[in-house]
Formats: sequence, structure tokens, C-alpha cells
Amino acid sequence: MPQVDLKSVRPYGDTLDDGKVQLGFTLPIRYGPEAKEAARQLVMKMGFEGADVVSAHDLGGHFTYFVVYGKCVHSVDVTSLRVPKVEVEQMDFFKINDLVRDKLGRKITVVAACTGSDAHTVGIDAIINMKGYAGEYGLERYPWFRAHNLGAQVPNETLVAKAIDTDADAILVSQVVTQRNVHIANMTRLVDLLEAEGIRDDVILVAGGPRISHELALELGYDAGFGPGTLPSHVAAYIAQEMVRKEHRTSPDLGKER
Amino acid sequence: MKLDLDISKIHKCRECANDIADQVMEHVQRVTTTTIERTVLRLLGVDGVNHAGVPLPNVVVDSVHRAGHLEDGIATYMARAVASTGLSPQQVAEKVACGELDLTLTASAPAGIGGCERSVLSSAVSASLDRILANVATRREYLSRLDPGTEPLIYVIVATGNIYEDVEQAQSAAKAGADIIAVIRSTAQSLLDYVPYGATTEGFGGTFATQENFRIMRRGLDSVSVETGRYIRLVNYCSGLCMPEIAAMGALERLDMMLNDSMYGILFRDINMKRTFADQHFSRMINAYAGITINTGEDNYLTTADAYDEAHTVLASQFINEALAHRSGLPDSQIGLGHAFEINPELKDGFLYEVAQAQLARDIFPDAPLKYMPPTKYMTGDIFRGYLLNGMFNLAGVMTGQSIQLLGMLTEAIHTPHIHDRYLATKNAKHVFNNARHLGDDILYTRGGIIQTRAEQVLDDTARMLQHVRDRGLMNAMGEGIFAGIARTPDGGRGLDGVAAKSADYWNPFEEAIASRLALAASNDPRRR
Ligand code: B12
Repeated sequence: MPQVDLKSVRPYGDTLDDGKVQLGFTLPIRYGPEAKEAARQLVMKMGFEGADVVSAHDLGGHFTYFVVYGKCVHSVDVTSLRVPKVEVEQMDFFKINDLVRDKLGRKITVVAACTGSDAHTVGIDAIINMKGYAGEYGLERYPWFRAHNLGAQVPNETLVAKAIDTDADAILVSQVVTQRNVHIANMTRLVDLLEAEGIRDDVILVAGGPRISHELALELGYDAGFGPGTLPSHVAAYIAQEMVRKEHRTSPDLGKER
Repeated sequence: MKLDLDISKIHKCRECANDIADQVMEHVQRVTTTTIERTVLRLLGVDGVNHAGVPLPNVVVDSVHRAGHLEDGIATYMARAVASTGLSPQQVAEKVACGELDLTLTASAPAGIGGCERSVLSSAVSASLDRILANVATRREYLSRLDPGTEPLIYVIVATGNIYEDVEQAQSAAKAGADIIAVIRSTAQSLLDYVPYGATTEGFGGTFATQENFRIMRRGLDSVSVETGRYIRLVNYCSGLCMPEIAAMGALERLDMMLNDSMYGILFRDINMKRTFADQHFSRMINAYAGITINTGEDNYLTTADAYDEAHTVLASQFINEALAHRSGLPDSQIGLGHAFEINPELKDGFLYEVAQAQLARDIFPDAPLKYMPPTKYMTGDIFRGYLLNGMFNLAGVMTGQSIQLLGMLTEAIHTPHIHDRYLATKNAKHVFNNARHLGDDILYTRGGIIQTRAEQVLDDTARMLQHVRDRGLMNAMGEGIFAGIARTPDGGRGLDGVAAKSADYWNPFEEAIASRLALAASNDPRRR
């Protein structure tokens, strides 16, 4: 394998730097030679060389679907990338509980919900419920966590009220439906509510879901975001470590009384 | 029957399911709901919205319900108002909306004259029922003139949020080979306690179900039916807080199928069960009368519960859905029982277990137009893997003689389908169906083999579960989280405030008329058995 230049990385088909990419898309035009040419030119404009329309299908009159190959001329400098990642040291169930017991000496309270009109519970249940996910226990099973799962379709107001009621350390929000950016509006609204109640800084605010990235979560004013494949221990480790960090930032006698 | 199952076990399951359904029916017969009453108004021709955009059926029913008089049925009040004013039901509703008429002021009118007042609505009642019958005839005519399609019928979803865009996509799908088009509803419409009005172009993850949208899509599909020479069926969702109203709208606009489960709303939308059981019954009567095939939602259980471990809950629910559907007058040929290809694809011999489940449903419900749902839960952003899983699903479908194949989308985990996702899915299905068209006819399942053994085990587990549900009663058993791992209580959930006990004078002219036309009344009254 020849040496890859990390300052200039491009797609790999079967030779280094051949830049080969396969695309599939539809144009709202009638099938025919002109449609193929339109697809080819469009792909060239996207920054590909040698665009080749290998397949075109009539989708019923007004639409044509294409599979196109092209050679990507652009490259990426991987050495200069900065990707926001959740700062966390991976730990297992036992280590996490030990950490909370030894460094915090009290249970961590979390409230969780899938909010707004979103009815997808499987993701948040995977993280919170006893049963857990992919062979791992959920937060309800952690002796040093007190977890309240409010379920789905929970209004932001209800979630905030519950957080105040339980004096929660962390709020966990799941958003699965992202069509027309409903999740953005909904997630932003939660931050606004927490700020209005003056408790935004008292809680660790975590978002999760298949289309949620850490970067997006930060942008919307959350402390962390977790995407697909998240395991309960990832979230528990993050919250535990963040709690310990928080306690150390504030002087001990300013810490919350329980 | 291909699986050589013990017939007596199947009988036992049906017996249990019948008992379970009878218990539910005792509750159903005793109550009405706001949406049932709004349905009566819709069928009487009441439509439109008030100045604040509230649908007139809501305005009128709420005015009576607020005063605590729903128990007599809205038709009782409407009949009195029509009799005393000489206006049409629509005009009465308009007067109520602008505050010129208060239906509850006639509440204390002496009983006994009901009979002659009731007759003022008879022409409106029969006009509506005749319009529905005319739709049944039109559908029959289309199906005899055009190609009705070959099973498994290809079912795809459109969900742009914009009804006009939906029509474009539906027509494109039909031309590519789809037989059935479902318009997915906007997120959370099921929780609205009213049906939105008019044509809509904004929706989230789906398009609002409105009567005008039904009409627009029907027109679009009729035109592509004629163009392609194949009758393209239209589906929507008869679920949520407005089940029977949507059934009425669908019956009036000639929809061909409706998602119409007896328990889906309870489990997946946290709608109150007393409400849903009443609503599903009336909505299914309308569907039965309108020749609409219902689709049940057992597939959903497998999104929250494991498809291998909980396979028997699907079969148990199919038995219950069937028993309840019979009580609403639906013949087997209109009961599209649901199930799904949702076993974890990493499981060794998973395909064999899928075939076992699909064949089991086919053997036990030979005349039901089974609705087979694709892999969704284990779909990831890897579209190529997804395309393969969908191919396996299509093979199981054609091999076991499923009737309605809801095609899987390779982008399932990412977004609602793009136009070419649907096209690729249709190509996948057509390829597999064509290549394996008679595979099922040539297959015999080995006695004691993996498939046959698995089917027997699921049937045994189902029998046990149904006995338990019969002993506990369905409403109580649902509190144990028996379906989908979700627990619900008789008084929990949304919509209970819209349930009212019927009085001795309760009157619902459509329930009466449909029951007699479907010859239902006798079998439906538990006291007469
Ligand atoms: C199951 C399912 C349903 C079930 C939900 C049952 C239930 N009780 O949850 C039912 C059938 C009810 C359903 C309904 C609908 N659905 Co749906 N559904 C799915 C499906 C198939 C699987 C989702 C799932 O369970 N994944 C498994 C879990 C474990 O994964 P996850 O959610 O990603 O969670 C993991 C991580 O993201 C993370 N995570 C998630 N939340 C959180 C929260 C925190 C705090 C943390 C730390 C981590 C975390 O950890 C989890 C474990 O790793 C997906 C398609 C797919 N394959 O993804 C569509 C999908 C999500 N649904 C979709 C849609 C549109 C709908 C409907 C709107 C359709 C309609 N018009 O009616 C309705 C919505 C109803 C509503 N009000 O929300 C779309 C969403 C499109 C989009 N991007 O907006 C999808 C992608 C399907 C599609 N292609 O159209 N759905």
C-alpha cells in the first residue's frame, strides 16, 4: 500500500488517489439523451472529472434516475481537522458506579424524555431502561444513578418541571424525527425554557438520536450530543465524569446539598 | 395448509379471541365518543370550519358535550333542530357556529316524540349511505375493467407533506409498478382531536389526512389507473383520536384500504383504551360497509419488542384483531392482518424463522389479505445492506403467499422515501416476485424441521397468551405490557374525556342503518347470544 498523503486525501476506488465516486440521484426531467447529458454536466459542476452516466431510468414521465461515476478532483487535509467529540474516558458499568460513589458520594439524578411530538421511545429506552441495549444495562440499573424516563411525546414544559421537581443533575433528550428540522426548533425551545427558569447552568443537558451529532448539540446550547450506536455506558460515563468535573470546579461547600 | 399445524390448537385460539372480543364489546356497546358523534355529523353532510378554523362537527358536538348531553347522541339534537327550523344539518351547524342556535336548549324536550323527529334525517342518512355504495360500485367497476394486480400487491408510501407533491410521487410510483399508494400522515396528527380541513401543503414526516387531500389523491390515482390500465388503490390512516371520522371521509372519497388497528393508538400513541375500543368498532363498521380493506398494525410491536422472542404476541393480536373485526361486520376478505420481517438479521437461520412466521399467518388466516411489513428496525444508513435485506423480505413474501407487500426502503433509517428509493424498491420486489413466482408451490416444509418446529412453538405460545388474556380481560392484560412491552391502563392516556355513557334514548342512525345492512345487530348484542 503506497503512502497516503494525509494532507491531501481523496476517494479510493481501486488505486490510490483515483478519486472514484458513485452517485445516485433523480432529475425532474423526461428520460432521454438530453437527460443523461444534463446529469453528466451537473456532476462535472459538482467538482468531478470524467463523469460517466452508467445507468438512467425513466421514473414515470417527468423524472429520470441516474447512477453516475466521477473522479473527484478535490482533496481534504486530514491533519488540520478539528471534530468536536464528547470528552469522555470510556468506562464500564462497575467503574462508573465506583467513580460516582468515591468521587461524588451521592446518587446522580437524571430525567429523560423523547420530547415534542416525537413518539420514538426505543432510543431513549435503550439508554435508560433496566433492560438496556446491545447487552448493556440501562441507567435505571445503575445503583448510583436515579433515572426517570418520562417516555415519548413529552412537552418541554413537563420535562423542565420534572427536572425541577427531582432536582435533576442531568436532562436527557431524545429526538428522532428531524423532518423539516422539527428537532431544531424543539431542542432550542428547551434551552430557552431552562434559561427562563434560571436552571440551565445547574444541569448537564444531553441530546441524542440517530441524526444528532455532538457538534449540532453544542451549537444548540447543549453540553453533549450522542448519535447512532450510543451505549448506555457512554452516556453514564460522560455524565459521571462531567459531574465530578463540575464538583471540582465549584468549591465543596457551594456544592449542592442532598 | 403447508405447515401441518394442529387444527384444534387453532380452534382453541379462535375461541379465546372470540371471548376476549365479546368482553370488549360489552364496553363498546355502552358508550359513545365525541369522534363517533362528529362522524355522525360528517355523514349527515356537516363540513367546513368556523371563523377560528375549528371544524363544524367539533363545534356542534362540543356544544352538546360541554353541557353533558352527549349520552343521547348528537343525531337526537340535530333531528330536533332540523325538525323545528326546517334547515339542513349543515345550516344548523353553521347557525350553532355563529351562536344563533343552541342545540342544548332543546335538551329538555319531552321524549317520545323522538320517532317522528328522527325521520327528518332519513333522507340525509340514506343519501350518505348511497353515496358510499356508489363508491363501492365504482371500485368494483374499475377492478373489473382494469388489471386488479397480482398478489403480493406492491404497496408504497408517499410522505412529502405536500399533497400536490404527493400526487406527483404517487403517479411516478404507480407507473413504476406500485399497486397501492399510502399517504402517511403528518407526525402527531393522531393526537389531534379534530380532522384538519382543506388541501394542505405543510406536514412533518407526512401529509395531513383531510377530506380534500383524499379527494385530490383519489383523482390523481384514478387518472394514473386509466393511464396504466391497472387499478391503483389508495390507503390512509384510520387511527388516533378521530378514527371513525377518517373512516367516514375515506368511505365518501373511495379510499380502498385503511390502517385500522384495534389497539395501535392505545399502545403507540397512548390514547385511552375505552375511547379507542369504541372508536375502532364504529370506524370498522364504516370500513366494512364501504368495502374498505383494513390493515392491522401488529408489525409495530416488533419495533419495541424483539421479533423472535415476541413472535407469539403478533399472532395473538392477529386473532384478537380478527375477532373484533368480525364483530364490526368485516368479512375475512377485508381483514388485512399485519405482521413483519423484523428479526435481527444477525441471527443464524433468521430467514427460516421469518418464513415460519409468515407461513403461519398464511395457514391460519387463509382468506385474509395479509399485510406484510418490511425490515425497518435493523435498517441502518448502509443502503446497500438495506437493499439486500429488502430482497430477502420480498422472497419471504412471495414464497409464503402474502397479499400486500409494503415495500422496504433502502434509506429507511435516514428519511422518508425519496422518489428513486421507491423506484428501486419496486424494481427489487418485481424482480424477486417474478423470479420466484411459484417457489411456494414447489416447497414442502420438513416435519420437525426448523421452520415447522418454530411455527408450532409460536402457535403454542400464542394459545397460552390468549388464555391468559381471556382470564384477565384484555383491558387489564394490557396493563401488564403484553403487547410491544408497553403497559396501558383502562383510565390512562388521552381522550377519555371524550367518552360518554349512552342513555336509553341514545340514537346513532348510521350505526343502526349500517348494522342492519351488514346484518350485524343480532350478533353484536351480547345479551342476545
Ligand atoms: C420504530 C420506528 C417507529 C415506531 C416507534 C415505536 C416506538 N415506540 O419507538 C413507530 C411505528 C411508532 C414510528 C412512527 C413514526 N415514525 Co418512525 N421509525 C422507526 C424506526 C423503524 C426505528 C427507530 C428505532 O427504534 N431505532 C432503534 C433505536 C435503538 O435507535 P435510535 O433511535 O437511533 O437510538 C440510538 C441512538 O440514536 C441514541 N439515542 C437516541 N435517543 C437518545 C437520547 C439520548 C439522551 C442519548 C444519549 C442517546 C440517544 O442511542 C440509541 C441507542 O444506540 C425508524 C427507522 C430506522 N431504522 O431508524 C423510523 C423513523 C425514525 N420514523 C420516521 C417517521 C417519519 C415516523 C412517523 C412520523 C411516520 C408518520 N408520519 O406517522 C411516525 C412518528 C410518530 C411520532 N409522533 O413521532 C422517520 C424519521 C425521518 C426523519 N429523519 O425525520 C424514520 C427514520 C423512518 C423513515 N425513513 O421515514 N416509527
